[in-house]
Amino acid sequence: MANDTSIDCDIHPGVPDIKALLPYMNDYWRASFVDRGLDGFDMMSYPPGAPITCRPDWRVPGERPGSSLDAMRAQALDRFGIGMAICNPLTGGQVAVSESMGAAICSAVNDWIVEHWLDREPRLRASIVVPAQAPLLAVEEIERLAADRRFVQILMPAACELMLGRSYYWPIYEAAVRHGLPIGIHAGSMYRYAPSSTGWPSHYLHDYITNSQLFEGQLLSLVSNGVFAKFPDLKFVCIESGVSWLPHFLWRAIKTWRGVRAEVPWVKQSPAEIIRNNIRLTTQPFDAPDQATVQRIVEQIDCDEMLLFSSDYPHWQFEGDAVTPPGLSDALLQRIRVDNPLATYPRLSPGPV
Amino acid sequence: MNAPVDVLQHRADADSRYGIIDCDIHPFPKPGALNRYLSERWRNHVAEYGQMQCGIYAGRGNYPRFQPFLSRRDSVPPNGGPPGSEVDFIREQLLDPYNITYGVLEPLLGGNTSRNLDEAAALSSAMNDWQVAEYTDPEPRLRASILVPAEDPAAAVREIEKRASDWRFCQIQLGGKTSEPLGRRKYWPIFEAALKHGFSIGLHSGGTQASAPSPGGWSQFYVEDHQLGTHSMMTQATSLILEGAFDTFPDLKIVLIEGGFGWVPQLGWRMDAQWSKMRSEVPHLKRKPSDYLKTNLWFATQPVEEPEHPDDLRQTFEWIGWDRMVYSSDYPHWDFDDPHLAWRFQMTAAEKRMLLHDNALSVYSFK
Repeated sequence: MANDTSIDCDIHPGVPDIKALLPYMNDYWRASFVDRGLDGFDMMSYPPGAPITCRPDWRVPGERPGSSLDAMRAQALDRFGIGMAICNPLTGGQVAVSESMGAAICSAVNDWIVEHWLDREPRLRASIVVPAQAPLLAVEEIERLAADRRFVQILMPAACELMLGRSYYWPIYEAAVRHGLPIGIHAGSMYRYAPSSTGWPSHYLHDYITNSQLFEGQLLSLVSNGVFAKFPDLKFVCIESGVSWLPHFLWRAIKTWRGVRAEVPWVKQSPAEIIRNNIRLTTQPFDAPDQATVQRIVEQIDCDEMLLFSSDYPHWQFEGDAVTPPGLSDALLQRIRVDNPLATYPRLSPGPV
Repeated sequence: MNAPVDVLQHRADADSRYGIIDCDIHPFPKPGALNRYLSERWRNHVAEYGQMQCGIYAGRGNYPRFQPFLSRRDSVPPNGGPPGSEVDFIREQLLDPYNITYGVLEPLLGGNTSRNLDEAAALSSAMNDWQVAEYTDPEPRLRASILVPAEDPAAAVREIEKRASDWRFCQIQLGGKTSEPLGRRKYWPIFEAALKHGFSIGLHSGGTQASAPSPGGWSQFYVEDHQLGTHSMMTQATSLILEGAFDTFPDLKIVLIEGGFGWVPQLGWRMDAQWSKMRSEVPHLKRKPSDYLKTNLWFATQPVEEPEHPDDLRQTFEWIGWDRMVYSSDYPHWDFDDPHLAWRFQMTAAEKRMLLHDNALSVYSFK
């Protein structure tokens, strides 16, 4: 096993039901959720009973996946030699149709994670979950929490109401730059649109597989809309996006840009260069059949700064202790486990941002 | 808004010479109650993946409602459980005091909107078995709706055939929102089966969340979504008419339930006005569009419109036609309409009888 300095860039504490979040809401929202009898805000992107949502040997009947800090310590932090881990809560507040209800749930989840996870386990850090439905409210939430350096990232669903490159979201990106926070985009959708470009698939499996197309589309959007011309230092982290789609995606992006770059004159470098500079990906899932393929894909990515170690605990991505993709050199593993996360997340290092 | 209604007082006022037909009563299962009607394969599937629909949440609709179970606070059965889950309490709170002779069950459980079409078929069939075993058998005044996996018309037809000779079913239920506008030919086998077996089709407001509630996008609030549901009904009516469904199936009967009716006259005028200029695009229509509103569509009244001048509603009834209107209570939902108190304008005894009884008798298959 690795030493205990590994930095896990995707770990999932189970967000509780609304009742447990009520103490973190104002009087209006407390009364609303109670009087209206509302609960059950689990995202369709992660049905609680679905196999992906919890590895079978980590699932406790009757408990929400990832709800025990002790279990997280034993099964992930201690087990995989993790010195720091970034909590990415998945909550219905991130996808609500109501901006204000979404903001209320997101704020409650952020305060809940401070009290129940960050204050109790010094190895843990967290992403700020924001209502991306309402960029101005998202900025308010970022400003409210930015002083707490244990928040190291801003988290958005991979599919929102508009493509992520659109200027509608730029106030969030400005706030991110202001506070030294990367933007994490996590697999999952607001389902304002069908999850595939040809409609609504029959199976959850299909939705999950299609997530990688979603990330491809968002990277094209970020690059083509000039987000990185405007915010050259901003990093986006593709979380639970899969990895092995990246080389073929880059090939096509380069080719198309070469052909029609006059349409987007602010994209002055090849998309591959921009993406290697500004985009990071977490390593679970990787989506390759064997060691040789992993090695080949890593060669094709041709950038040892892009990959960030993740366990994706308690999601079911690997068996036993095979938490890193097979076949990576010790030098690359050191980068993935430690150097790249530290370079991506300034707030993981001591000192002012 | 939710103060308990003194139903016994109205029972005394009720006209007892004819019973009332209520076209919209919502049964709701106690937790786990549907499991016994599902095979092990589908029980396990639902436990793992839920009813995967086109929404944002795994266990609820996109638009959080404003009342627990969407229901009147006084409709929770005395022994507990969700409103609408106890047939005895439906009898005590609705059927007996209002002298209801037939009540049409409208389960709103989303089974027929599953994205997985095999799951939709399994859930629809289970909900059909559940309705008759737990409601119609103990209380024959309650009649069941045949739920069908509408997006798989061949399977839908099989489910209709399975229930066709069962007197306990009185209609086929479809959602106010389907994956495609309902007039498209994909759905015609369902219409054919309905006619073959003498069933009307009830479109209840709701259905799939595959597309935004407005062509302008996703509203933020339930207060918007609740009203926008009328637009899906207008779309379904327009689609059925313009696609020629009623020309191919002249005897097809469609009841629009909980989709409002204030818009019906205006939709007819607007369709006719534009059709007069663009009829070349729809040469298959044998009549002017508004005609079909008068022959093939019926409108359930709840939630009843409340004009600023109450008598304006009388005008609306006249424009639509008294013979098109059927009464619905929406019991036990929060915006329940009392059959005697919902109308704030004068109607004749004959008109009231059509609304509360005769019209529904001519639409539904009560055997």
